[in-house]
Amino acid sequence: MASIGTAERPLRVAVIGSGPAGFYTVEHLFRQKTYTVQVDMFERLPTPFGLVRYGVAPDHQKIKNVTRIYEKLARRPEFRFFGNVEYGRHVTLDDLRRHYHQIVFATGTQGDRKLGIPGEELQGFHSAREFVAWYNGHPDYAHLTFDLSKELVAVVGVGNVAVDVCRILLKTREELLQTDIADYALEALANSNVREVYMLGRRGPAQAAFTPPEIKELGELADAEVVVLPDEAELDELSRRAVEEHPDKETLRKLEILRGYVRERPSGAKRRVLYLRFLVSPVEAHANEAGEVDGLKLVRNELYMTEAGTLRPRATEQFEEIPVQLVFRSIGYRGAPLPGLPFHERWGVIWNKKGRVVDPESGEPLTGLYCAGWIKRGATGVIGTNKPDALETVECMVEDVEAGRLLDPDAPDPEAAECFVRERQPNYVSFEDWKIIDRLEVERGKAAGRPRVKFTSVEEMLEALRREKAAVR
Amino acid sequence: MNVRTILATKGSDVITIRPHQAVREAVRLLARHNIGALVVVDEAGRPVGIISERDIVRAAARHEDRDVCAMLVEEIMTRDVVTGTPQDDVHSVAHTMTERRFRHLPIVEEGRLVGIVSIGDVVKAQRDLYRGEVDTLQTQIMADEPQNAS
Ligand SMILES: Cc1cc2nc3c(=O)[nH]c(=O)nc-3n(C[C@H](O)[C@H](O)[C@H](O)COP(=O)(O)OP(=O)(O)OC[C@H]3O[C@@H](n4cnc5c(N)ncnc54)[C@H](O)[C@@H]3O)c2cc1C
Ligand SMILES: NC(=O)c1ccc[n+]([C@@H]2O[C@H](COP(=O)([O-])OP(=O)(O)OC[C@H]3O[C@@H](n4cnc5c(N)ncnc54)[C@H](OP(=O)(O)O)[C@@H]3O)[C@@H](O)[C@H]2O)c1
Repeated sequence: MASIGTAERPLRVAVIGSGPAGFYTVEHLFRQKTYTVQVDMFERLPTPFGLVRYGVAPDHQKIKNVTRIYEKLARRPEFRFFGNVEYGRHVTLDDLRRHYHQIVFATGTQGDRKLGIPGEELQGFHSAREFVAWYNGHPDYAHLTFDLSKELVAVVGVGNVAVDVCRILLKTREELLQTDIADYALEALANSNVREVYMLGRRGPAQAAFTPPEIKELGELADAEVVVLPDEAELDELSRRAVEEHPDKETLRKLEILRGYVRERPSGAKRRVLYLRFLVSPVEAHANEAGEVDGLKLVRNELYMTEAGTLRPRATEQFEEIPVQLVFRSIGYRGAPLPGLPFHERWGVIWNKKGRVVDPESGEPLTGLYCAGWIKRGATGVIGTNKPDALETVECMVEDVEAGRLLDPDAPDPEAAECFVRERQPNYVSFEDWKIIDRLEVERGKAAGRPRVKFTSVEEMLEALRREKAAVR
Repeated sequence: MNVRTILATKGSDVITIRPHQAVREAVRLLARHNIGALVVVDEAGRPVGIISERDIVRAAARHEDRDVCAMLVEEIMTRDVVTGTPQDDVHSVAHTMTERRFRHLPIVEEGRLVGIVSIGDVVKAQRDLYRGEVDTLQTQIMADEPQNAS
């Protein structure tokens, strides 16, 4: 019999998750020339691309163009997309073992990190992750509500997600109209009473996680002014020395942009204000009689240097209260366990070594199982970071093919796999189906002068597909 | 990006050894796991030193008259090891490791050893981050030329 990975017996790979990590895994698999590979990709939603569709801000359309690269891959004959099929619900690990030589989990993160402070469970205390998924029209989050009749809002964390959340909260109807933000979110945000947003960093400006283009963009908002308080823009002694000793370009650029926002108080030229605050941590959220957030207590921090040289925050005895009525914590996403796979609680990832899923007890690889992207390394990095990450995983996969360390499926052929998927999920969505949904969304957008108008429920998507296919027939 | 990101893809536990074990055992472990250093821990699992390939080579040169493999780990290990935490920033760790010239950083959380990061890990993490950013930028530039893409 021919060996696995030849034209007669292609290597059959299942990729779970269709975000950047899933697609870069496919790209690297197709790019290597040693083995003939066939890939089936499974995605729990009818729509591909993960956080590129449901995370990346609706006013950052250019970034979303990365999907053109993914589409090129998806059009290859050795590739199939099974959307609306969820691992753990429609298909199990045992099912996949029956049909594939290798299985890659690129499922991203389904949760987020918590502050662990009193009041975090109050009405009006939200996670940025849910807000982002909501304004981007993710079907699982479309039903959520955020009380935007409130005027004062805090966003905890100073990463790029926090910047996204602030920007979306502060944009005008006209600005939002140029985006593909979900219709209901557009209405809610265009009519919001939000007047002041406080973005809260626990360390100083030199340690902030956001990147220069993102904070520069904040200064270009049509109707919101950015304010950095003079004493918080001033670097403390440790930071000043660190910047002097290691003057990296990005930090210098960030500090320069922030200096441009320094003022005692808003000039009043714009209707809304964004305060970028530093060296403060929330310690408790207070409630009104209705059990809603009414005030956030902050403690002032100072920095100290760890043994390994990092400047970390330490609470002082100084407190202050900000009168916010809505809080979004934006302190990082976190992976959730997947059925049948070992989960590393401390790091919030699948137990893995360079992308090979390993047994936590022995440290030995579990044959045929791999992971890539945020579920492998945690929730850091831009879209492109998933490319070297996926390459590392694919290198392990190729090595294991060479060594013959593979699963031993009893039905490793495309027809059998399709049959079983259809049996589990008759309403699976192919890539051609997705392209129809995509076209319909863009058409709806054209009519409204917007990049697209998203369908925000799975039912709606499937219904539109049925109608469209019936019309063609 | 912090050290946590590096540890997430390093698999299971750190390989450790006790101070009273023989260097021979250390050599065995280094070879078996194909690594450059072991963390030396006390009964409570707290790091008390590091023994690296370099320590062994140096000891061999220094004690030509002795069988280094029969010596005890604590006789030749590096003491006063700098330790890190999962929250340490990767770039600060990189500066500290290059300036203070050490190659392995045991990572401790709540008094427990939870990992070890080598200078190689740090360099790779920074390189991948940088490559990713460049790639994302390139994609955006490509997106500015809509006709070329498909
Ligand atoms: C709010 C936000 C904004 C961002 N903005 C930018 C930006 O502007 N530029 C940039 O470069 N990077 C940005 N990033 C980072 C970028 O989105 C991530 O690096 C990247 O999406 C991670 O890729 P991934 O494939 O690991 O995960 P994801 O993109 O999350 O993809 C995972 C996919 O797996 C699917 N899935 C999950 N569970 C299952 C299951 N059980 N069965 C089947 N499928 C499943 C999910 O539905 C999803 O489609 C942003 C991140 C966030 C959170
Ligand atoms: N436009 C873009 O390119 C874009 C947009 C969105 C996201 N992304 C990328 O996606 C990734 C994830 O973004 P992210 O913003 O979720 O994460 P992030 O960049 O890691 O930022 C997390 C922020 O939360 C803070 N934080 C963590 N724990 C905290 C606590 N207990 N109390 C107070 N603050 C706390 C962190 O501060 P410390 O530093 O002190 O820990 C940091 O400021 C990043 O790599 C980001 O660059 C990119």
